[in-house]
Amino acid sequence: MNVQRETSMTLQKQLLSDHYDALARAPEEGKKVVYTFVPGNLNELVRSFDLLPLLPEINALQSGMRKLSGGYITEAEKHGHSEDVCTYVKCDIGMSLRGNIGPTGKPLPKPDLLLLSYTGCFTFMKWFELLREQYDCPVAMLHVPYQADGRVDPHQRDYIVQQLRTEVIPKLEQVSGRAYDEDRLRAMLRRSARAEDDLVWVLQSAKHVPSPIDAYFGGVYYIGPIFSAFRGTDEAVRYYAALRAEVEERIAAGAGPVTPDGPMKSERYRLVVEGPPNWTSFRDFWRMFYEEQAVVVASTYTKVGGLYDTGFRHDPDSPLETLADYCLGCYTNLSLPARVDLLTRYVREYRADGLLINSVKSCNSFSVGQLLMLREVENRTGVPGAFIESDLVDPRYFSAANIKNRIESYLQMLDQKRAIA
Amino acid sequence: MTLQQLVATARALYDDLDLECVRRWKDAVPGRKAVGHMPVYVPRELIHAAGMLPVGVVGGGDRLEIIRGDALFQSYICRIPRSTIELAVSGRLDVLDGMLFPSICDVIRNLSGMWQLLFPGRYVRYIDVPQNFDTAVGGAFWRRELERLRADFAELAGREITNDDLRNSIAVYNENRAVIRELYRERSRRPWIFPLSEAFLFLRAGNVLPPEEHTALLREYLREAPLDANRREQDHSRVILAGMFCEQPPHGLLVTLERAGCDVVDDDLLIGLRWLTRDVGVEGDPLDALVDAYLHASASSASRYAPDGDRARWLLDSYAGNHAEGVVFCAPSFCDPALLDQPMLVAGLDRQGVPHTEFKYSEDTGQFAVIREQAGTFSDSIRLWSAT
Repeated sequence: MNVQRETSMTLQKQLLSDHYDALARAPEEGKKVVYTFVPGNLNELVRSFDLLPLLPEINALQSGMRKLSGGYITEAEKHGHSEDVCTYVKCDIGMSLRGNIGPTGKPLPKPDLLLLSYTGCFTFMKWFELLREQYDCPVAMLHVPYQADGRVDPHQRDYIVQQLRTEVIPKLEQVSGRAYDEDRLRAMLRRSARAEDDLVWVLQSAKHVPSPIDAYFGGVYYIGPIFSAFRGTDEAVRYYAALRAEVEERIAAGAGPVTPDGPMKSERYRLVVEGPPNWTSFRDFWRMFYEEQAVVVASTYTKVGGLYDTGFRHDPDSPLETLADYCLGCYTNLSLPARVDLLTRYVREYRADGLLINSVKSCNSFSVGQLLMLREVENRTGVPGAFIESDLVDPRYFSAANIKNRIESYLQMLDQKRAIA
Repeated sequence: MTLQQLVATARALYDDLDLECVRRWKDAVPGRKAVGHMPVYVPRELIHAAGMLPVGVVGGGDRLEIIRGDALFQSYICRIPRSTIELAVSGRLDVLDGMLFPSICDVIRNLSGMWQLLFPGRYVRYIDVPQNFDTAVGGAFWRRELERLRADFAELAGREITNDDLRNSIAVYNENRAVIRELYRERSRRPWIFPLSEAFLFLRAGNVLPPEEHTALLREYLREAPLDANRREQDHSRVILAGMFCEQPPHGLLVTLERAGCDVVDDDLLIGLRWLTRDVGVEGDPLDALVDAYLHASASSASRYAPDGDRARWLLDSYAGNHAEGVVFCAPSFCDPALLDQPMLVAGLDRQGVPHTEFKYSEDTGQFAVIREQAGTFSDSIRLWSAT
């Protein structure tokens, strides 16, 4: 079957492919590599030292999409990792045990630095402690406090800035052999803000009826460059400008989202989705929605690597403070009441018919409290919710028949509700 | 009190899921308040200095039927949050005037948000301890957090917390931690006198008793237990238990380990009671003293970052220091910190040739046959190896 792709997707594929090629060539070209995480990533800072970022979460999700994660997870479990814990971690460890072959088929380089941005997820800390056992390289720890009270306190920001100054930047200088160049960082942050403007415009285009985008299944592609290795680069600015132009065209044509089976012809249900997608059966999962003409108009997963649609932009005038605010504001670093507020706002502003939670076994940061969140949003909006369970990259936890049944039943319930109204 | 009476007292406190003892403490003096906290580290000195009672909440164990708690959690979440919610929604925690959630893991972190949603108007705070241990960085952050807690507790208690109040509370807890350390030393020396299944009850009493009373209770126990002539050394293996720092095992599991031939000479049960490994300074600024102790004299635990990269060090030190013969990894199901930590600890033990075995539990585990068999085989194998 020919898979339909938006032009921007082709552009993104090239970006990623070039980046993985650069990573594969890094050892022979003497380039240094920094492993780090998506939430709270310091891409502009890393790039300002001419270091190459590599994100193990992205490797894991790509392994999931390429149906390799099951084998990697089993490999890690054979080496003593519990069946109970995060499958991103086990997928990454299993992949490294089997030669650390990246998505382009070439081996990924070892890290010269593990940049442990401890943002919104406790497991990150254990993940890089595990990798530290495997690789003989320094670790830079950046502890990002939790926004438990639904706001950023000045001493939280100060704490992060101090860590950047005393822990992260010195280690980046040491590994790269370059001095910290704040002007270079500012220039990158300026480019970040431009790309962020376009990303937010694209995500908010889903307020149109019909929506020109799917803000979850399509959304995970849209966030790809800015959540990973490209925030702050010219390539990201170009990508988001192209993406915006593409969506503008679709709005002008009254067209819906592009799915792997072609453009959606009609929009019957508008949904908000909370939680990460399943990657091992990503297309099957998406198909369960678009076959029913269900479009996701807003999602929280597309905010894990940065929450921009509430107004935050990287500010080149306060480079370290803005990185601190960025880290503090990532979605899973928000309190549960703040997450409920955001979901409530999405349901209302995007005129959603329902809220669906995909609760993944691997991610307690996302999952704990979701059943209560569902109830709260239902109470506040009057919009009915639904709850399904799967996993990020463990194929053993994706039960297609069960999930399809639940989604279909839920959509039928939305129909009945409409009929009564 | 006789030893039998002491044990009965500790057991009654252990069984007191309704926190009647806390209610009695509050009723004794009108206006008294109590603040609950989840496991691992909270600065209990600040609560005490405000004249309030710190109350350790460690779930419902195996004595609580979970109904509403299960409706709020997926099957793959550990047991302690669901039983804690059950305790709360059933009114058993109404006696608490506030609740603290230390940064142990994402589950306990999110539980703090669930508390905010379920019990609006009640005092709730997430305790975000630093993972940077530089005095000028992590220390400055932690001091600000402590200042905020001090202000919160003063408001909750309706009285100022002076530096002298705080120094006094620090001294009280120094004494409490010292006697707990003494109990651990004595247990390691003569585990048949202070079996874990019994000592655990006395430690648990520290969750609900005022620290002064807990210290006195422990002292009596330390004095009385050696007088029991029926306690004789047995041919058991000396083991360390690891992984139990948050969700606590059912009491029956500890009894089972002993019956399987294991003398537990060290463990990480109720680690918060002895988190600070030395006395906190009672001179100078008391908040600075608490900060310094947290940064530089904390127990090693899965929830605390190890900047030196030597995760297994504490276990190896304990193994050597307590003349242990093996390690039993005993972690709660679905406990991310313990289970993610375990491969690093196992690797550290393997490098030194330390025998170990692993199994999981939940606080309501009721069937111990498999654990008994596994622990018994482990204990036997240690004795066999020791003999050769």
